[in-house]
Amino acid sequence: MSSTKPKPSRFYGVISALTFIMIYVPLATLVVFSFRAPTGWTFDWYTKIFSDQQIIEALGMSFFVGTVSTAISIVLGTAAALTLERTRFKGRGAFDILTHIPIIMPETVMGLSLLIWFVFLGVTLGSFSMIVAHVTFTLSYVIITVRTRLQGMDPQMEEAARDLGASPWQTFWKVTFPLVRPGIVSGGLLAFTLSFDDFLVTFFTAGAGSDTLPMKIYSMTKYGVSPEINALSTLMLVLTLVGVLVIGAREKLSSPR
Amino acid sequence: MLEVRNVSRTYGEAHALRDVSVTIQDGQFFSLLGPSGCGKTTLLRIIAGFEDPSQGQVFHKEKRIDNVPANRRRFNMVFQRYALFPHLNVKQNVAFGLQMKKTPSAEVEQRVSEMLSMVQMETYGTRGVTTLSGGQQQRVALARALVNRPEILLLDEPLSALDLKLRQQMQVELLSIQRRLKHTFIFVTHDQEEALTLSDRVAVMNKGRIEQVGTPQEIYEYPKTEFVARFIGSINVLGGEVGDGAADSLSFVGPGKRPFIIKASRDGSRPLPSFAKGTKVSLLVRPEKLKLLKSAPGPEQNTLEGTLKEVLYQGPITQLFVQPKETQGPVWVISQPNTAVTARKQFNLGEKVYVSWLPEDCLLLEKDGNGSGG
Ligand SMILES: Nc1ncnc2c1ncn2[C@@H]1O[C@H](COP(=O)(O)OP(=O)(O)OP(=O)(O)O)[C@@H](O)[C@H]1O
Ligand SMILES: [Mg+2]
Repeated sequence: MSSTKPKPSRFYGVISALTFIMIYVPLATLVVFSFRAPTGWTFDWYTKIFSDQQIIEALGMSFFVGTVSTAISIVLGTAAALTLERTRFKGRGAFDILTHIPIIMPETVMGLSLLIWFVFLGVTLGSFSMIVAHVTFTLSYVIITVRTRLQGMDPQMEEAARDLGASPWQTFWKVTFPLVRPGIVSGGLLAFTLSFDDFLVTFFTAGAGSDTLPMKIYSMTKYGVSPEINALSTLMLVLTLVGVLVIGAREKLSSPR
Repeated sequence: MLEVRNVSRTYGEAHALRDVSVTIQDGQFFSLLGPSGCGKTTLLRIIAGFEDPSQGQVFHKEKRIDNVPANRRRFNMVFQRYALFPHLNVKQNVAFGLQMKKTPSAEVEQRVSEMLSMVQMETYGTRGVTTLSGGQQQRVALARALVNRPEILLLDEPLSALDLKLRQQMQVELLSIQRRLKHTFIFVTHDQEEALTLSDRVAVMNKGRIEQVGTPQEIYEYPKTEFVARFIGSINVLGGEVGDGAADSLSFVGPGKRPFIIKASRDGSRPLPSFAKGTKVSLLVRPEKLKLLKSAPGPEQNTLEGTLKEVLYQGPITQLFVQPKETQGPVWVISQPNTAVTARKQFNLGEKVYVSWLPEDCLLLEKDGNGSGG
């Protein structure tokens, strides 16, 4: 935009280039090798993973856990965001801080403490325990995105609805919800992406035979990195990328006029 | 009839309203007028039900309503920034209130289009509200409230975001709509001219209190406090104290130790004030009640000697500014209509002049602690 800004020095250019190489060359290699046959190119690795029953099951488990924990996060997160933005109560400040802590909490600590707690309560480790564990960290992201949206919304909208005879319930469904929906969708996509490729918390809270895709990939690497793993990882990469791009596009579209 | 009884509202330490009581009759165009921060919006929001009074009650048709939630009061509000729903088009915005009340859709359709044509927006039904101009949004906001046939329409500075020309046009439209529908309108404004033009009655507010309620004429001609006198229109003020009284007059001793005479107004609407001798008071005269003379008039008129400082020709009127000889206070403003007679009378700047007025045309009010005096 501004032509008065000086150009960065060559030194910064070199550093940036090296950094990008560090990040993207391995990723590119992985993608390339997933299409690599001993001679030439192939889709074989992809067809092969889709005929592997265990991989299909892990993929299904990832989708299941991701979908359910996202749905729970959306409902609880939206309710929490509304409470934080639209009401005053004792302990609101503490509640506010508590909703942010899971984001900075080391995942290992989180996973381990959940595991201890599940064992203590006698909860069988499996999809249920994983869903609960995933909600503990995806929830915060939904709360934050929905709150941001609520902050950008004119509080008089809700008053106007009440004034026109809408009950609190009607006000929510006819006015608040349509206006914060973009925030809920972004938060949900983010939650799903985070749940889908989470490894650490899942590792602590998954039971035997309830592998998610990241765990399946990890256990496959014990026998060396195969082109199959490359194909599987490429799939995950694409999925995550699509999620993030959709969030980004939505935010651009719905940013304040 | 809406009755606000002894309502106070505090926010922590701040007093937004202090013991406000006011009665608003059905079918009136009633204005709440006052400077910024005096509590107009707070009072309106308490009537609407968005805010609870800290003390006092609100009654509508003899029934207590301050504990009824906003969505159950049959009042509607036009918000200052319109607060139209951005995810709905013009028609859907206007239909919102009726739909909440589960009105049959044929009736909704009919009443919405009736209302849109009343505010001259019938061709905009399917437009998104964010694509409309300020004046158009204002009309939609008005239609959205009026379509519910509210018992009381509340308007919080609805015209303040519009430019002057549009504002004047909307004032005329508001008034004609109110005359036609005969709903009660409670209109918040800090523009005194707007309040005087539109209202049947005006409540002038100051620092959380209602200082005076009356018709525009009462408020302008017979203000009860110095604050009201100064806030509405312009007025000239002299500080002094009450002198001797007679049967039908009172004297006022001004800065020059020279007495002025005060009498009841001719129509009797303002009786002779009853102050004890020696009370500190202000004498106030509107600029249009003053005459400018080249020589001192007879003793039956009040006269102030001074120097002509400035003459501002303003088309229909001319404003003349005079520095009184006896006071160091602010200059006096005299406003003269430019009739055929006065237009020929010429005064020169710096000339010695006499400002005179009739004893019936001035006010004597208790000195106002808030006013800067002078
Ligand atoms: N929610 C609130 N919290 C704290 N103080 C408030 C609140 N609402 C109003 N006040 C205070 O109460 C007083 C009256 O406010 P109010 O909005 O009623 O004034 P107003 O007459 O409408 O002014 P304006 O012409 O500027 O709109 C102000 O001093 C304001 O700061
Ligand atoms: Mg206000």
